[in-house]
Amino acid sequence: MADGERTAFVDLLRPIADPPVRPDLISLSASATAAASAAVDPPHGSRAEADRLGASLKELADADARIVFVGDPGRTDPRLALPGNAVRTAKYSFLTFIPRNLFEQFRRLAYVYFLAIAVLNQLPQLAVFGRGASVLPLAFVLLVTAVKDAYEDLRRHRSDRVENGRAAAVLDPAGSGQFRPHRWKDLRVGEVIKVLADESIPCDMVLLATSDPTGVAYVQTINLDGESNLKTRYAKQETMSRLPSITAGSVTTLIRCETPNRNIYGFHANLEVDGKRVSLGASNIILRGCELKNTAWAIGVAVYTGNETKVMLNSSGATSKRSRLETHMNRETLLLSAILITLCSAVSICNGIWLAIHRDELELSQYFRKRDYSGGDEKYYNYYGIAMQVFFIFLMAVIVFQIMIPISLYISMELVRLGQAYFMIRDKNLYDESSNSRFQCRALNINEDLGQIRYVFSDKTGTLTENKMVFQCATIRGIDYSEGKDPSPNGSDVYYVVVGDQFWRPKMLVKTDPKLVRLLRSEGETQEGKHARDFFLALAACNTIVPLIVGTPDPKQKLIDYQGESPDEQALVYAAAAYGYVLIERTSGHIVIDVLGDRQRFNVLGLHEFDSIVTGREYLDIIRATETNLHAYSSMGLRTLVVGMRELSRNDFEEWHSDYEKASTALYGRGNSLRAVASRVENNLQILGASGIEDKLQQGVPEAIESLRQAGIRVWVLTGDKQETAISIGYSCKLLTSEMTHIVINSNSEASCRKSLEDAIAISSKFVAISSRAQNTITGTGSVRVPLALIIDGTSLVHILETELEEKLFKIATVCDVVLCCRVAPLQKAGIVALIKKRTEDMTLAIGDGANDVSMIQMADVGIGISGQEGRQAVMASDFAMGQFRFLVPLLLVHGHWNYQRIAYMILYNFYRNAVFVFIMFWYVLYTAYTLTTAITEWSSVLYSVLYTALPTVVVGILDKDLSRRTLLKYPKLYGTGQREERYNLKLFILTMMDAIWQSLVVFFIPYLAYRDTTVDGSSLGDLWTLAVVTLVNIHLAMDVFRWNWITHLSIWGSIAVAVMCVILIDSIWSLPGYWAIYHIMKTGLFWLCLLGIFAAGMIPRFTMKALTEYFMPNDIQISRELEKFGNFNYFTGTEISMSTFSETHPGFIR
Amino acid sequence: MNPRGDSTSGSDGAAEPRRKSKKPRYSRFTQQELPACKPLLTPAIVVTTFAFIGIIFIPIGLLSLSASGQVVEIVYQYDTDCIPEQMQNDKVAFIQSSMTNKTCTRTLTVPKNMEGPVHIYYELDNFYQNHRRYVKSRSDKQLRSKASETETTNCAPEATTSDGSVIVPCGLIAWSLFNDTYSFAVNSKIIEVNKKNIAWQSDKEHKFGSDVYPKNFQMGGLIGGAKLNASIPLSEQEDLIVWMRTAALPRFRKLYGRIETDLATNEQITVTIQNNYNTYSFEGKKNLVLSTTSWIGGKNDFLGTAYLTVGSLCLFLSMGFIILYLLKPRTLGDPSYLSWNRNPDGHY
Repeated sequence: MADGERTAFVDLLRPIADPPVRPDLISLSASATAAASAAVDPPHGSRAEADRLGASLKELADADARIVFVGDPGRTDPRLALPGNAVRTAKYSFLTFIPRNLFEQFRRLAYVYFLAIAVLNQLPQLAVFGRGASVLPLAFVLLVTAVKDAYEDLRRHRSDRVENGRAAAVLDPAGSGQFRPHRWKDLRVGEVIKVLADESIPCDMVLLATSDPTGVAYVQTINLDGESNLKTRYAKQETMSRLPSITAGSVTTLIRCETPNRNIYGFHANLEVDGKRVSLGASNIILRGCELKNTAWAIGVAVYTGNETKVMLNSSGATSKRSRLETHMNRETLLLSAILITLCSAVSICNGIWLAIHRDELELSQYFRKRDYSGGDEKYYNYYGIAMQVFFIFLMAVIVFQIMIPISLYISMELVRLGQAYFMIRDKNLYDESSNSRFQCRALNINEDLGQIRYVFSDKTGTLTENKMVFQCATIRGIDYSEGKDPSPNGSDVYYVVVGDQFWRPKMLVKTDPKLVRLLRSEGETQEGKHARDFFLALAACNTIVPLIVGTPDPKQKLIDYQGESPDEQALVYAAAAYGYVLIERTSGHIVIDVLGDRQRFNVLGLHEFDSIVTGREYLDIIRATETNLHAYSSMGLRTLVVGMRELSRNDFEEWHSDYEKASTALYGRGNSLRAVASRVENNLQILGASGIEDKLQQGVPEAIESLRQAGIRVWVLTGDKQETAISIGYSCKLLTSEMTHIVINSNSEASCRKSLEDAIAISSKFVAISSRAQNTITGTGSVRVPLALIIDGTSLVHILETELEEKLFKIATVCDVVLCCRVAPLQKAGIVALIKKRTEDMTLAIGDGANDVSMIQMADVGIGISGQEGRQAVMASDFAMGQFRFLVPLLLVHGHWNYQRIAYMILYNFYRNAVFVFIMFWYVLYTAYTLTTAITEWSSVLYSVLYTALPTVVVGILDKDLSRRTLLKYPKLYGTGQREERYNLKLFILTMMDAIWQSLVVFFIPYLAYRDTTVDGSSLGDLWTLAVVTLVNIHLAMDVFRWNWITHLSIWGSIAVAVMCVILIDSIWSLPGYWAIYHIMKTGLFWLCLLGIFAAGMIPRFTMKALTEYFMPNDIQISRELEKFGNFNYFTGTEISMSTFSETHPGFIR
Repeated sequence: MNPRGDSTSGSDGAAEPRRKSKKPRYSRFTQQELPACKPLLTPAIVVTTFAFIGIIFIPIGLLSLSASGQVVEIVYQYDTDCIPEQMQNDKVAFIQSSMTNKTCTRTLTVPKNMEGPVHIYYELDNFYQNHRRYVKSRSDKQLRSKASETETTNCAPEATTSDGSVIVPCGLIAWSLFNDTYSFAVNSKIIEVNKKNIAWQSDKEHKFGSDVYPKNFQMGGLIGGAKLNASIPLSEQEDLIVWMRTAALPRFRKLYGRIETDLATNEQITVTIQNNYNTYSFEGKKNLVLSTTSWIGGKNDFLGTAYLTVGSLCLFLSMGFIILYLLKPRTLGDPSYLSWNRNPDGHY
């Protein structure tokens, strides 16, 4: 809203001379939204919880407080050595780059292995490779990474410089009262800063004053937590009124605040001005990264600067987890190490034996020549006795066979995951239109875990539902009004506020019950009408919503956009507006409500936080009727809120007012004393009525849950909601079905928990027994098993989790098809995840959107945050973040499946590829008197896994798809491949290794036998082996590729070409022994015959096995591939269709 | 109510138009929908592949075998033969002594007509020319140019003489140069042995310098093999060049020279061998080989046999698969084979 409009707004309000001020009602109704019966859902905002956690749990002790002297940075606590406001996201400086970067890089174990081998190779006795060849690959990798890091850091330096160089208006400390431009980096704690509209806030600052006479400032926190709603922040009246003397420096103002922390929703401090103490909370601070909106200017004092600001403290990197596949891979790596050590020992022992047998010949045999005659005295040349020789040979063997442990695999895996993440992020099916958010990969190393999930733990609100509340119905004094019909945007029933010649209407339309509308507008002062009017007045008044006036293309029409932190409150205010109680202005001191065309102004005297314990005094029949309606609403899946009121007498008010003032400025135990005050006034309430708010189910949730269930994934819903609400949501999202048997556990003692659990186990085992018997008799046709659903509430869980009853719960829960936990606390959510994680090998995934899901998200193997209505805390803690629950289906079933199968294949292939090469070298070593000569040039053996064969596996790891997206979505059961670990297991590893040995035998012995009686030299034969093995492993890969696109073709055939070129290049260097060898050997027919023979003989076993298993023992993947190719389902670019089935068929409402 | 309409309008407000849509732009690449070919191992492909390999390999095998069959090869092992009876017990002493007569004359019979050129090879066995100590002991820089004469880093223990002067060519490989010589006569008529162009042209031109002359060669305490004529540059010393292309395996042949004339069947060749080279200290064997060549190289039945084996195996597999496919046919892409359709319970 621009400034001009704002003035117009004020002007228009002027005709309402002397608006009726009704302090009695206001003080009451301010607490009325909060005043609700026990049947109320807990408040939605996670912020309220975060606030409580952050602020009231610990009170501020002077010792760990930061004391800020406003306007006097010099005096501001020198012992803290506060940082300036310069931020430094860059990691390195010019001097520290090399050491720090190297240090960072060598934290990877793989690089240390590389380095150790390279160092070993530098010892003259062990020098297997030349210096260059041994150091080059490591140096190359280090250099590439360093250049990448340096580039990124340079960009960070640049953005730091831009950020630090921005200008901010800072109060001149000399006391002139003038604001002078300073650079951001020069700001210091304690300085007074002025921020203008639409400017970014340079550091965390406590508001002192704003352009608004009441001290309100609006900020947009989109950079901080992704929320686009405007947030209201307040300057304290105490500082507002004293602003001139504060800026002039004539009064000492100091702020005691907590030490810097990451909680962006909490702030705890107090302000001392003129000896008077005022408390400060999260609503008094504006944070770096926010933008000032709709406020001409704001003046604040810097309390946290630079890297201590909350936004900087929150900018942590991605979480580091290790994927299941990688854990398994480490097991096989150990196995490979064992093979490596065996090979090395074999070579060194054989060498020892050979030396022992030929001991007497070593002196004279020309190829050994033990003695060195040069330099006069006779000595041994490079010979240290058999024992030493054996030891050296062992170490040399480690150097020569080092690539048995595929170090390059770790690097290519990182590349592949990066590529996979790229495609997941770019997938338009994972893009959420409504929140304009793409899929986010926050953890880069668990992509493949997405293909192995067995348990999904889901939050309900905001995850299964949209957390966009829509008012549905109300009960007022026990009378139900739920006959609403959908409004049309231009229909006659839409309520407008007429302001001058403009029409203002609420932005969101709510359906209205005509009976209720009539009642509200009826002239007569009926008791019913009064109650209804009070009800809607309470809805319109008792909240923290800020109305914003937004223009539309039609200049006469304006929209009122209600912005606030709680979606429930928004819904209630929109509802009140639809019935003619339109909130049109809110400042910290008063609100203006248009009551059916009559503009009324209310003063806000106080505000109590929501608290669900209130008492009332009411006629029994009204309570009964209300309760019945509430029950009906919640079983429709509506969120309910009871609204009550109390009229205060002058005396009562005075008493409350003084208590409230005292409590809200208390330094210690403020939260508690405020609650005490609230409970004193929130009694003897009169029930006005209750509202039913619908939390719309997200699009496609039932279908998504059905797909997940078919995929063999168990979906557990953990919610803070009431049991009835949870169950009804369970039905509407198809989690629960009518044929399910429900096992409900609601107990409030350990003994009764134990009993219910035992009963439950008895029931479930009976059902399982029936079904298994049925299976035997009916020979497994048709599912006869009665599905079971377990419904358990938080109170019971208190007695079960972390006691010996856990075991029983686990037993029963794993038998049940569906588990629904309601009324659970955040930590219990994590406890339930841990229940499964501790006892099974199954992969768990937790998905949620709020701060209360953070613990569960961090506990699960894979944590997914929904970037939705609530804050960003869940996203910050998650491994992946996305906009909608239904994206879970393409994410797991499609991307998860692909990623799992790609990485699994890639690991096996890399093991195989390096093993083939090592075995070839090993066979050759057997013919060199076990002295580790390699016929393959050292450059080729270094480049083998880095250049000759690296790219295809990366490309295949990123791009190959065993099945199309459409097929995977059509047959969710294909997901089982990952769950059963079919693509990577010990059996496959052993088979692959056997294949590797066979292929190495073929590659080695065909040329060996063919060239045995010829004049062939080592280099030529080495070149033949090199080309044979490179081509063979690439052909092997080519045989396993599922989908050939041009990139795959290019990488595979390109790699072979590159290898040939490299070999030719290496043989063109005159100083190497193999000079020109490749040209000579390529001229002979024998060479080509050998190559051809190697390819055929090497591939026959694999090809035969593949043909046999694929035809005679086809797995589901194979059948589905055939279906894709030959099946008659109309195959065309399938993505569009697959997702639209989710959106069109079900509107996705709870009704 | 349209699920998208009203519910989303909340965020479509004032802030919306300024925010850039992050919707991923569609491209077949980013959506992983690049046109691709999806090969499947259908019965037809499997049978055809095997049959094709069989059909290609069997003729190649036959051709190789016939080529190998046309090669005529005479192999004569002379290491023990050429030592006089009385010295058989102490062969090393015989070979090391400078007093013994090492000339040894034998007669070989040509089994089949050998068309020229007939290649003369010496074959050493149990001689590890690929031993790590050995292969490394050379200096390619020194061999190439006179300027790098002192580059003998890797040449130990044959880098310098005991008084410290540089050996050219240095290193164990050159030091151990083979020094048996052969001469041939048919009916007392000496057959010319062409020792030109036995080394690779590339080696002569680029690897061994024409300005590098042998120096201090074979002057050390232990004589390894042949001496070199110090007046001929290394690029002309073809025996050395051949020797320095180290063999891949412990049994190897090296080209000694060529007989340009034909040798007729049953001709008696008198070979005069100067048996100088010491292979006795490590029980190495020495053979003299006379062989013609074909397109496949020397005599070598292995490749032909291997090709025949692989080819017939493939034909056999092709037949086998045909029979299997006929016995147990399966419709490709029949959904009823999916595991959950076979097992209706659908649980794992």
